[in-house]
Amino acid sequence: MSTLFLQQIANGLLDGVYYLLIALGLSLIFSLGGIVNLAHGAFYAIGAYLTVLLGPHIGFGGAMFVVPGLVAILGVLVERLLFQRFYRSDPILSLLLTFGLAMVAEQMLRMIFGAPPLSYSIPSWLRGQIFLGDFIYSRYRGTLILIAATCVLALWFLLNRTAFGRVVRAGVQNPDMVGALGIALPPYMMAVAAIGIGLAGLAGVLLAPIYSIHPAMGQEIITPAFVVVVIGGLGSFWGVVAAALLVGVVKGATIGLGYPQFATAVIYLMMLLVLLFRPRGLFGERIQRFE
Amino acid sequence: MSEFIRPSRRSLIKAAGATALAGTIGMPAISRAQSDVLRFGHLTPRTGFLGPLGEFAVMAADLAVEEINAAGGVMGRKLEILKEDSVNPQTASTKAERMIERDKVACIIGEISSASCLTIAQVAARTKTLYVNTGGNSDALRGANCNKFMFHVESQNSMYVKTCGRSLMQQGLVKGKKWFSLTADYAFGHDLLKVAKRFMEANGGQFAADKLVPTDLTDFSALLIEIRNAKPDLVISNLAGNQITNFLKQYSEFGLTFPVAGFGFDTALAWAAGKDNFGGTWPVVWHHLIDTPNSKKFVQAFTAKYKKPPENQAWGDYLAVKIFAQTMNEIKSTDSMKIIEHWEKGAKFDVMKTREGYFRKSDHQMMHEMYTVQAVGASAKNQWDIFTSSPAVPAANESLEIIATTAEENECKMA
Repeated sequence: MSTLFLQQIANGLLDGVYYLLIALGLSLIFSLGGIVNLAHGAFYAIGAYLTVLLGPHIGFGGAMFVVPGLVAILGVLVERLLFQRFYRSDPILSLLLTFGLAMVAEQMLRMIFGAPPLSYSIPSWLRGQIFLGDFIYSRYRGTLILIAATCVLALWFLLNRTAFGRVVRAGVQNPDMVGALGIALPPYMMAVAAIGIGLAGLAGVLLAPIYSIHPAMGQEIITPAFVVVVIGGLGSFWGVVAAALLVGVVKGATIGLGYPQFATAVIYLMMLLVLLFRPRGLFGERIQRFE
Repeated sequence: MSEFIRPSRRSLIKAAGATALAGTIGMPAISRAQSDVLRFGHLTPRTGFLGPLGEFAVMAADLAVEEINAAGGVMGRKLEILKEDSVNPQTASTKAERMIERDKVACIIGEISSASCLTIAQVAARTKTLYVNTGGNSDALRGANCNKFMFHVESQNSMYVKTCGRSLMQQGLVKGKKWFSLTADYAFGHDLLKVAKRFMEANGGQFAADKLVPTDLTDFSALLIEIRNAKPDLVISNLAGNQITNFLKQYSEFGLTFPVAGFGFDTALAWAAGKDNFGGTWPVVWHHLIDTPNSKKFVQAFTAKYKKPPENQAWGDYLAVKIFAQTMNEIKSTDSMKIIEHWEKGAKFDVMKTREGYFRKSDHQMMHEMYTVQAVGASAKNQWDIFTSSPAVPAANESLEIIATTAEENECKMA
């Protein structure tokens, strides 16, 4: 294998991380509440626009903390006012709701900020490149990967090593049993929505300096992120992580082999194969409620 | 269980009501035909990866209509413009048909996607309604797919390539040089790549690589690694829409230093990349820094109305609406055949540049001057004036037609 091809594989691994923050939130909200949140991309877009709006005042570093918080608050509002009415209904209803919500959000961004894309640059203290032998990487992306990895580990810790996580995991498996044990699930649902949606906001902050910021940017990321969740398997934390990396690597390999024109099509092909041969997803767990 | 609130019948009804209301707001307001009103149809993508440019087109068309009505309308009638999002080629043709047959528009103006131009042109030919393309670049629209009822204010790909090519030759980036090209993987990109190859081969350049890029690819890091490895003399972008912004931002992020040029370009995409990231040499049909009285007037009016300068797509739609109104006022008719006859005879128009423009009879392409812009980098004095412009191409002593396709390069047989 040529070093160029190896570089592409390595870059692919890193590329996959961008989907992670979005995909994890999607998966979390679905496993607990049964809501396929098609509006998840909209929160990512709102995160990016808030960065453009607040960045000049509080700096990029400030935006990294403030914006996900603001987006999470918005998430709580949406969860309280809308999502919670649909936890027990047919998933198709919440699908329609969030689909509509995504359109409303996109149109609002267009009305407030205009359709032309807005500019936002990497702050000067994060500009520059990292060279490892032949391999080139931008310092900004290096930082981005560290932040994403920290979030993933923190989330894993929260879900698997804390009392909060135990209730959430029990809620995923059997909400009625959790209720019977005298634990009120709604506050947990709200917290999960806040975390998942806050992560989408964080992704918006992190990607604003390197991607085009336009009203439809949410739509652009929701589909691949959803594909990652399907490939990884709903309800499986590491499944989603593995799928995001796998999608990145396969994309990188496709470009490395000289077929960049198939770089986006190939991830849908992967989803198709997974749905045909392992509908539960690569690492999907059996969830009683959805059987 | 009681913790979970079931949706009540009332909330469902409320939701349905809200949906219905939203639907009504989304519908274009169409009033019944009145004889004292003349209607133009305007179609352009307002969503999707070309949407950001489409918005400039819409703003400019509105401004043109406002100015025309303030000056007395068209043949004493008030001008109204019906505007819709063309979405994709299929929807574009359905909407064009509806505008012509139901709303009785006198003509159709607009579009950015070459693929949608083609489907609108087919409707135009079938219904014998005039269509002016303001943003579709593909040569094929002026060649194999040309038709009697379609005119082009937007320049064709060949004009873009030959204009930018001149600058590249002056910079010594063509003869004996290796190019690495990235091409948008759809009709426009393929057409542009073909024209770029023809130019490169005729002028002694060669490709280090040419890569097709899906329009929904947002991350260019893998391609930047390929570029860095190939060490080309020049990186060529045949990309479109948001792709260009993503590419510029990430090219600057990776700190690659190969010169960059493009054969397709829109100012709004450079503005979106920002002065820190915008780099290279790019061709434009028009830009907001052109120093002619009418161009300045247009920039001033647009900036006053919308709080930002117009980009090149705004120029196309503004001009097309103005040209229609001017022609109808001059020949005292809205009849498509009469307008075609007038334009084919070589009627001249002020196109806000140093020389007047005209539609070439053989393929209905507007003959006019073009420009190349060069990024000035982080020293730009504001977020808009981030480039400097070449003088008009062709030069004052040259024929306007030398940058356009020849009959051999792009044959048009009009029915």
